Amino acid sequence: MSEHLLAAEAKPWRDETAKPFVRIKGITKKFGDLAAVDDVSLDIYQGELFCLLGGSGCGKSTLLRMLAGFETPTMGSIEIDGQEMSGVGANLRPTNMMFQSYALFPHMSVEKNVAYGLLREGVSKPEAISRTEDMLSLVKLDGFAKRKPHQLSGGQQQRVALARSLIKQPKLLLLDEPLGALDKKLREETQFELIRIQEDLGVTFIVVTHDQEEAMTLSTRIGVMDAGKIVQVGEPRQIYEDPNSKYVADFIGSVNIFDGEVDAAAPDMMRVNTGSGPIMCAPVEGLTANQKLHIAVRPERIHLSRTKVEAANALQGTVDEVAYMGNLSVYRVRLADGRCLKVTAANGLHEENPITWDEEVHISWSAAASTVLTQ
Amino acid sequence: MSKRRFFSGRNFVIAMPNLWLILFFMVPFLVVLKISLAEPRIAIPPYSPLWEWVNGELKWSLNFGNYSYMWEDSLYINAYLSSIKVAAISTLLALFIGYPMAYYIARSPEPRRSILLLLVVLPFWTSFLLRVYAWIGILKTKGILNEVLLWSGIIDEPLIIMQTDVAVYIGIVYTYLPFLILPLYANLVKLDDTLLEASYDLGASRISSFFRITLPLSWPGIVAGSMLVFIPVIGEFVIPTLLGGPDTLMIGKVLWGEYFSNRDWPVASAVAMVMLVVMIIPIMILRSAQNKGAEI
Repeated sequence: MSEHLLAAEAKPWRDETAKPFVRIKGITKKFGDLAAVDDVSLDIYQGELFCLLGGSGCGKSTLLRMLAGFETPTMGSIEIDGQEMSGVGANLRPTNMMFQSYALFPHMSVEKNVAYGLLREGVSKPEAISRTEDMLSLVKLDGFAKRKPHQLSGGQQQRVALARSLIKQPKLLLLDEPLGALDKKLREETQFELIRIQEDLGVTFIVVTHDQEEAMTLSTRIGVMDAGKIVQVGEPRQIYEDPNSKYVADFIGSVNIFDGEVDAAAPDMMRVNTGSGPIMCAPVEGLTANQKLHIAVRPERIHLSRTKVEAANALQGTVDEVAYMGNLSVYRVRLADGRCLKVTAANGLHEENPITWDEEVHISWSAAASTVLTQ
Repeated sequence: MSKRRFFSGRNFVIAMPNLWLILFFMVPFLVVLKISLAEPRIAIPPYSPLWEWVNGELKWSLNFGNYSYMWEDSLYINAYLSSIKVAAISTLLALFIGYPMAYYIARSPEPRRSILLLLVVLPFWTSFLLRVYAWIGILKTKGILNEVLLWSGIIDEPLIIMQTDVAVYIGIVYTYLPFLILPLYANLVKLDDTLLEASYDLGASRISSFFRITLPLSWPGIVAGSMLVFIPVIGEFVIPTLLGGPDTLMIGKVLWGEYFSNRDWPVASAVAMVMLVVMIIPIMILRSAQNKGAEI
């Protein structure tokens, strides 16, 4: 484990010649007539912490279960470390899974739960015990070996499940909503713990989650799924700043979306006529006059002020709602045409006279902040 | 609120089950205990009173002879041992047949599961006695089973099953199987599938997963089902009488004989008292196993 280069730093997916570690090729899973996973192809590289992100029923868990070997693909193939996986049972794959419910064996102690995989593999008892001890100290559960799962807190159970899934040193660890059952505070701590362990061991992680914040914090790359398909794959920053569709922009973070069409008079100017007036965008190639599209503007890219500001896009409105979140405030600004825009602004310390309800305000953003989405 | 009314709704609710137990368990129990300490008489009732007023004095006569008599005559001890043996073997047989059935039902998809469960309890809709008589028709020398086996050429001469222990085991296992399947099913249906997936994922085969995960987790169900078979079978009287032969020795049969053939109520009562004690032991095991199950 000494000198593996962290995938988070090496970014192998940017290198066209890099060899993917997990190769998913045209995989489809049908339950009856319904395709839970629909022709998904995906390359994942060694040492990555890859997040499959999507709403419930988008097929992300089914994809994970196919990787684990619990479901047989209707079509397509999966390759892990150069080895074709079709026909290989879950018990013979170089993968292990951490279940959403943890699935700890209730009748076994923590130690027996963790050592289970090793003993089934034929590892001798003393060796299994010493490796279990090491693993328990990695997840900071020394001294809990003899406890039963029901005597542990949710966070401790989560770490037992992680230890149990890591003990066989899988080439690929599959995590199904690993932090889903934890409360917010514990979840934040555990996110960094998970990254630390992943980087320590250099194991490739594939994490399924519906929580976009969790995906952003954890992952080297995110694959956004919708209706059985992967809609976009990219680094968190890429997904957030350059979403490729209305769905992704809407799913990741908070966003204002305008529907409009390209101004016929000057298509090169990148002026889009919307219900709230013309909006200027950064130039995008290949657009035609009168083409219908969406404009996405992140709330934090919009500037809010009491005085008029010179900018590519400048509008006026009244503050409908203010939510004070501590570090920032979220404003809902009603425009002349009645639609509300979400705007966030950082809060200063002991700010005097902050913008408040029913105030007339000017809002503005640059052309570059308007992301053009053609689908 | 320092004074609570004696006839409050709360006391009433608590009193009902207690009253029930006193009336229908404690009183009969004490009556049987009393008779077991009396001496047999040819009279109505056929036993001596425990206390009498003789010349204005209360005179007690407790007779422990019935109990010592049971100890001296090997018939009773043999009948107890034989009953326990029959109950134990029947329970094991029922377990081997019932576990796969309960497992299969618990693993079946929903609509089929309800139908299978219905089939398990369906025999209860017919009288128990009728069903035992039906077995006579099947098992007797010129019964359905022998006719079919002879006709198909599997055997050359009829099997003698009726009035043997084999017939008793068939009858008992058949009758008590639902009592084993239902609690086992209730346990197995709760088993979390992801536990088996986790075991499989960690490298265990399906068979090994069954023995390491399913079987230990179904232990409370196994104990509950086995006790529901074992306890009543010890005292079973109808099946050994109807299907068994003269050699089939079971305490229920002995008890019947003492009461109705010998009309020796005191000895019969003593037999019943000892049987109760014998059966309390497995009930205690059941209770402790259930408490253990509740922990998991």
